[in-house]
Amino acid sequence: MVTFNILVTVALVYVAALFAVAFYADRSAKKGRTKWLRSPLTYTLSLSVYCTAWTFYGAVGNAARSGLEYLTIYLGPTLVFLGFWVLLRKLVRIGRAERITSIADLISSRYGKSTALAVLVTCLAVTGTTPYIALQLQSVTLSFAAFVPSEAGGNLADLNSTALWVAAGLAVFTILFGTRNLDANERHHGVVTAIAVEAIVKLVALLAVGIFVVWGVSGGLSDTLQIIEASPVAEWRPDAGRWVGMTFLSAAAIICLPRMFQVMVVENEDERHLTVASWAFPLYLMLMSLFVLPIAVVGLAVLPEGANPDLFVLTLPLALDQELLAMLAFLGGFSSATSMVIVAAIALSTMVSNHIVLPLWLSMQGPKATVSGDVRNVMILSRRISIGAVLALGYAYFRVTGGTAALSSIGLVSFAGVAQIVPALLGGIYWRGATRRGALAGLIVGFVIWGYTLFVPAIGLLPDSLMQNGLFAMSWLRPQALFGLVGLDPLVHSIFWSMALNSVAFLAVSLVTFPSPIERLQGAAFVNVFSRGESGAGYVGGVAETEDLLVMAQRLLGAREAQTLFQQSAKDQGKLGYLPDPTPEFVSTLERELAGSVGAATAHAMVRQIDGNAAVSVQDLLAVADESAQMLEYSSQLEDKSRELEQTARQLRDANDKLTALSVQKDAFLSQVSHELRTPMTSIRSFSEFLMEGGMKAPDRKRYSKIIHDESIRLTRLLDDLLDLSFLESGQAAMNDQTASLHDVLDRAVSSAGASKGAMTVRRNPADEQIELRTDTDRLSQVFINLISNAQKYCDAQAPTLDISVSEKQGQVDIDFVDNGSGIPQSQQSIIFEKFARLSDHSSAGSAGLGLAICREVMARLGGTVSYLPGQGGAAFRVSLPRRRVAEAA
Amino acid sequence: MGNSVLLIEDEPNIIEAISFLLERDGWTVRLHTEGVGAVEAVAAANPDVVVLDVMLPGRSGFDILRELRQGAAPADLPVLMLTARGQTKDRELAESYGVSGFMTKPFSNAEMLQTVRDLAEGRPPSGS
Amino acid sequence: MSEAPETKPTPRPSKFLEQSVYRRRRLIDAIKLLPTLGAGLFLTPALILGTGAGSTATRLVYFFFCWMVLILLCATLTRALSRGEEG
Repeated sequence: MVTFNILVTVALVYVAALFAVAFYADRSAKKGRTKWLRSPLTYTLSLSVYCTAWTFYGAVGNAARSGLEYLTIYLGPTLVFLGFWVLLRKLVRIGRAERITSIADLISSRYGKSTALAVLVTCLAVTGTTPYIALQLQSVTLSFAAFVPSEAGGNLADLNSTALWVAAGLAVFTILFGTRNLDANERHHGVVTAIAVEAIVKLVALLAVGIFVVWGVSGGLSDTLQIIEASPVAEWRPDAGRWVGMTFLSAAAIICLPRMFQVMVVENEDERHLTVASWAFPLYLMLMSLFVLPIAVVGLAVLPEGANPDLFVLTLPLALDQELLAMLAFLGGFSSATSMVIVAAIALSTMVSNHIVLPLWLSMQGPKATVSGDVRNVMILSRRISIGAVLALGYAYFRVTGGTAALSSIGLVSFAGVAQIVPALLGGIYWRGATRRGALAGLIVGFVIWGYTLFVPAIGLLPDSLMQNGLFAMSWLRPQALFGLVGLDPLVHSIFWSMALNSVAFLAVSLVTFPSPIERLQGAAFVNVFSRGESGAGYVGGVAETEDLLVMAQRLLGAREAQTLFQQSAKDQGKLGYLPDPTPEFVSTLERELAGSVGAATAHAMVRQIDGNAAVSVQDLLAVADESAQMLEYSSQLEDKSRELEQTARQLRDANDKLTALSVQKDAFLSQVSHELRTPMTSIRSFSEFLMEGGMKAPDRKRYSKIIHDESIRLTRLLDDLLDLSFLESGQAAMNDQTASLHDVLDRAVSSAGASKGAMTVRRNPADEQIELRTDTDRLSQVFINLISNAQKYCDAQAPTLDISVSEKQGQVDIDFVDNGSGIPQSQQSIIFEKFARLSDHSSAGSAGLGLAICREVMARLGGTVSYLPGQGGAAFRVSLPRRRVAEAA
Repeated sequence: MGNSVLLIEDEPNIIEAISFLLERDGWTVRLHTEGVGAVEAVAAANPDVVVLDVMLPGRSGFDILRELRQGAAPADLPVLMLTARGQTKDRELAESYGVSGFMTKPFSNAEMLQTVRDLAEGRPPSGS
Repeated sequence: MSEAPETKPTPRPSKFLEQSVYRRRRLIDAIKLLPTLGAGLFLTPALILGTGAGSTATRLVYFFFCWMVLILLCATLTRALSRGEEG
């Protein structure tokens, strides 16, 4: 006999295995080994979060009560996937192009990045999903109870604590693997892989039970069919209304359920995976439903009268003394429940955090928040708290309504709730005329009717009198016979009225209202996603300070990602460095990237805060942008040409600026050379004259000789630098490749620069520095020494600190030198690498200003770069070096 | 004959050379080593001659000279400017501000000493 | 529900290329028709035959047969399409 303890142990081991799988997958993904993580098979299997405990256990129960009706729950999704070319492909493309994070984000983004819509859809999703999570918790506790009726069935407290532990464990898992990446567009490899494993477990479990029932109990296929004919289920006749209605509902649900949207669109790695899923997912669904009816009829025949058909999958093997099989079935149900809860919690927490918590936090922080606050931490925290809250809500709901029949019908009620999104969604991606007000109207109408006719009655909140006589005793307001439509199944009745009035409100209001410019841009971007390629609609004009944007982006995207994005954009504009011009294209690219982590509406609001433009002028600019976007739609060639021209013009402008700056500085440079040469010569001449006069005391004579000596060395060094630079520039300098550890090279540089015993604190991370380099290490060391000495000379902080950090990506090693001083003003950043380009503020700190110029030449010769890294707080330099394999170069 | 000089210069070795030179000749040498606060130092020291370097940390010698000539110091206070930049337009600029003497580094000790003496006695500097 | 065609005709006229483009478009047409076919197969028994006679076992076999056919059809068509992309 399987005891409660054994069952708990098995469940725990299973959960531990899932943690291991998720952890391993996350680690593999980090190392870039994602071949199988990103396969279409994993994608297809992850879609199986559609099959929850409600379908795993409930389908058999449903079949025992209503015959083949359970099939509709699988047929709807099958139709949607067969039609992937028309709808899903477009959804996925839009999701990727616009960096959509959730279904709420999609709707909000399409209708002008509307916060109201995002909040509304989020509320709808939370309302619909909470009971559904409660249902999963209930199924897990019931399955425990079914296993060991004597021990646990009698003890309700035990069951409740089981549910609590399950909820808590799921919260830990979800927080651990679901909030590791801030950017929702970076896929949760760990979660998805664990879900895929669970998909296999539940399929195998159900198939095993089915095979056992058909061949083990009934004696083969034809015998099973005969048993079906003989069972009470054979009495069932399809009800056309319910059949069509439920097929429609399940089709709508697979698109609109937050968890489905998460795995289908947000976690999608590659559009082509859809092509495989289009047939593989229907196949999965077919296999999941293949043995449902046989299990139901055999259960009805074998098990005693009054046994709960919702648990036949478990109780049937148990009754036939197949404990291992029952255990497998238990794990299958457990998998179904946990995978649903995990993905739903991720999806809901993303929505709640992006559309409710973060906007509230931002508005409380005032306009400076985006620059000064640490938004990234706030976001991760808010997402984690949201996950906890969602699960707590599900658990509370389970405790309040648990065990009542009300819960078991909640699956379809939930489907009908999210189906309210369908008109706004389809209208949004196929019809440019759909407006924000239309979407709001449709959603509100649908939400209210669904709530009144289905949701509230289903959870048993309405008094009987109201059900019988209608609101305010008006019979045409009876929840299940609205406007006098009697005789319909309550579900079909609710779907009919909510969808009909939702669509009518959506279409009518859209027709009479006028969309704002943002809506028109977004509408065009969504509807024409296939013809517009990647250049989606964005907006913004204005005077955003690029450095402020970089500071904000670093907080949200992480420093490296933000720098890469900015650098790439600058390069596309034909500029060097990290600060592109804040052109509308760049700002809208940035906004889309940010949307990946905070959602479109929030990203929009944040960029606008920094942009500092009044809303009205943004709208004006948008109107212009809209016009030109429409023009460019007809003439993409014109677009290319004008972009080319713009880029050339920008390069010319840059070159001109640089030349002007250089010629203004040329005189200063010459003076500088003169100064640097004449200053030591002054001392030398003066003291040598003193010495020539003679008659000096011995100590004085010695001291003056030493000054002459030191100043001569200073002169020599200056000449050496000048010669070194011209040598490097002429291209004659040969680089001597050696193999050395970066750690050693840095060690040497730090001690040569005298930084190890100076006033400045040098912070390093030796673990990151263990990189074997094949390069001219003496030259590299020269560059490091220069940068460290510069920090020593120019860092004006009270307690000067230099951080040296090393990172590696895609065969490139980056070494960052960041001090905590006041940094270099943007106006000077582009000239510091020029010869003698000493900053006026530091004009006599004792070097000729050749150091950085030499660094730049050396790095160019080593195949790398040295650049100034803005937005780091202090002065920051990045040395980038291609990582050549030791073997390859040797 | 005056006997106090204010030296405004930031290069330690040059300071040492000039101090040695002038102190040996019986001058009292006071020192200020940066551009900031130089004008106040002049007012506080009330020297007979000011020796002023052009390139100073914080503030250029031209700026200081201009402020001195705009009334921050007696109008007849002799100011000798030193520069290592060797450009004629520097000299022109200094003269337009009303400098008393202008010398380019490196200088000979004798030349420096003679110039300071001349300036202190109200003669135009005989050296370059 | 109209979309811009995915493929642009190549400027260099070639009989073979045009044929393959043509074939690809018809393949896509067929794929687009799949859900309609599926809806027909899945919904008509309920709508037309409705409450009429017919055994549950027969219906069960019918549905799973249609299901299987649709899946095979879809797999064949999408594979043909991706082969066309590669070739």
